Amino acid sequence: MIRADAVLVALVVASALGVVAAQHQARKLHTQYEREQARAQALAVEWGQLQLEQSTWATHGRIERMARERLGMRHPAPGQMLVVEPKS
Amino acid sequence: MKNPRPVTFNHNPLLKRDLPAWRPRVVMLALMGCSLALAGRALYLQGINNDFLQAKGESRYARTLEVPATRGRITDRHGDILAISTPVRSVWALPSDAQLEPAQARELARLLEMDANELNRRLAASRDFVYLKRQLPPEVAKQVAELRLPGIHQQQEYRRYYPGGEVMSHILGFTNIEDKGQEGIELAFEKQLAGMSGARRVIKDRRGQIVEDVEAIRPPRDGADVALSIDGKIQYHAWAALRDTMHEHKALAGAVVVLDARTGEVLALANAPTFNPNNRANLSGAQLRNRVFTDTFEPGSVMKPFIAALAIERGKAKADTLIDTGNGRMTIGTATISDVKRRGVMTVSEVIQKSSNIGTVKLAQQFSADEMWHLFDQLGFGTALNLGFPGEASGRLRPAKSWRPIEQATMSYGHGISVSLIQMARAYLVFARDGELVPLSLTRVDGQPSSGRRVFSASTAREMRTMLEHAAGPGGTAPRAQVAGYTVAGKTGTAHKLENGRYAKKYISSFVGFAPASNPRVVVAVMVDEPTAGQYFGGAVAAPLFSRVTEGALRTLGVAPDIPLTPLQLARRGAEEAATRGADPRENM
Repeated sequence: MIRADAVLVALVVASALGVVAAQHQARKLHTQYEREQARAQALAVEWGQLQLEQSTWATHGRIERMARERLGMRHPAPGQMLVVEPKS
Repeated sequence: MKNPRPVTFNHNPLLKRDLPAWRPRVVMLALMGCSLALAGRALYLQGINNDFLQAKGESRYARTLEVPATRGRITDRHGDILAISTPVRSVWALPSDAQLEPAQARELARLLEMDANELNRRLAASRDFVYLKRQLPPEVAKQVAELRLPGIHQQQEYRRYYPGGEVMSHILGFTNIEDKGQEGIELAFEKQLAGMSGARRVIKDRRGQIVEDVEAIRPPRDGADVALSIDGKIQYHAWAALRDTMHEHKALAGAVVVLDARTGEVLALANAPTFNPNNRANLSGAQLRNRVFTDTFEPGSVMKPFIAALAIERGKAKADTLIDTGNGRMTIGTATISDVKRRGVMTVSEVIQKSSNIGTVKLAQQFSADEMWHLFDQLGFGTALNLGFPGEASGRLRPAKSWRPIEQATMSYGHGISVSLIQMARAYLVFARDGELVPLSLTRVDGQPSSGRRVFSASTAREMRTMLEHAAGPGGTAPRAQVAGYTVAGKTGTAHKLENGRYAKKYISSFVGFAPASNPRVVVAVMVDEPTAGQYFGGAVAAPLFSRVTEGALRTLGVAPDIPLTPLQLARRGAEEAATRGADPRENM
């Protein structure tokens, strides 16, 4: 009788420790998850800023100015263009 | 030794004394009372008052966090970003808590780029809450946070950026400081664009880390992206051409619309004067007006082709039917209508080509007021387009019953009726699309447009295209509307402006047309308000602008030239010529 009780007590203690450990593990993982989410958010923000930067560099006015002034490009004269229609 | 009588404490003779029977009972009752009180208290705490205590306890470790949502982006038809929100921080203070040393205040003022006195004045305010600076870049906000000043706090906000600046400003509109749409697409598509911030409850530990999600009260919903029908390149061409025209003719205002004739999409929409939406300081005043949608004007001769088309549609005239315009003057009631030149007998085609008022009036007189009203109504005049754009004007089209004969006559050449530029551009779709009118779209249309409404037969529309091609050709009113390599068709308009109910000596010069005339791809409408550099006729002011915008649009869309103007083998010689000739005037797009 006493032996059975001792076994049960041991089991209860073990299970209680297990619960504590699991809870701790869960919280640790959750913290990590939160951290990763915050990182994802920060990356999304950075992506937005990069998109903004890209589109600011790529404004048509700027590209045209660069093409004209730095690269010495110009629009082709009407006779210099050949439009190829795709065969449908 | 005699075995002593076993004596235990309960055999103590002192206890032998009989106690009164009530004493144990009193003690018993007292103890039971105590335990009852404990049980009652426990019941009260665990059961009845449980919610309050739970809430109190939770407030020690549970937090409700706001989950921010971003506003959707606006892109052009190719996916290039036109508007995007990115987080910024606002710095605010609780003046009662913010007791700053002079050195700290100076440091803060430097970071916020504020005057130190102004900062101190704000901190001395008797209010509970003051914004010190809104919409700071995150890097600066971080530096401010590192000062760890008492009573100085921050909050996250979003700021909208428009990389296109003034090129796109009128179509996009802008948002207010709370990132809510105020004008243009930002307001029209507010529902789609706006994000809904969410909220969730979490448990935080001693170090402030989130250890458990309790519940998601509201999931955040990011705003949806909106892809406009605008083509960034065509828009830039239109804007640059309009800017140069405004400059050249010292005009008060101007507007350009480019429509895709196949789908009814708005490819470009430019206004002048314009503004830079990234600078909040100039978000007020007349330059915010989107004239294409909100301003109506008397279109003038641009209206004439519709009357001619109606006459042809009803079989009352053909392109070569002769009309006697007499000596260039015509009297209706007490009013006199005149032509610029006396031209005598002309064909219907010439009436349009030379823009004869009298010829048009004679065509219009074959119809009842009702018939003309019906035509105008079918073309969409007098009805707002309902694109959802804020401030869309419907124009003025009075009911046919109230028309006097002179009014019916003047309406046929575009006076006494007012329309917005976008309405006029849309009406010209009937010529460009074989007589069919389709609804316009500000967002990208994939596939075929929704059902159109037939106004004229395809043969009438084709006949009108030929007439309008003549009008924009040599001998017409606007030879300067031509584009090298393409056939163009269109009509000029020069209208007096109404001021206080009278026609003033101020003009609105306009041109509406399409290209290539053989198989229309774009409809372009331009309007220049009060050109004051000498010239004011549509053919001199609006037609060259039309030509530049159309050329840019056709090239951007990759439309094949429909005039065999340049044999291919001459391409190289053309290049050499261009090189020796120096700058081609068309280059200054």
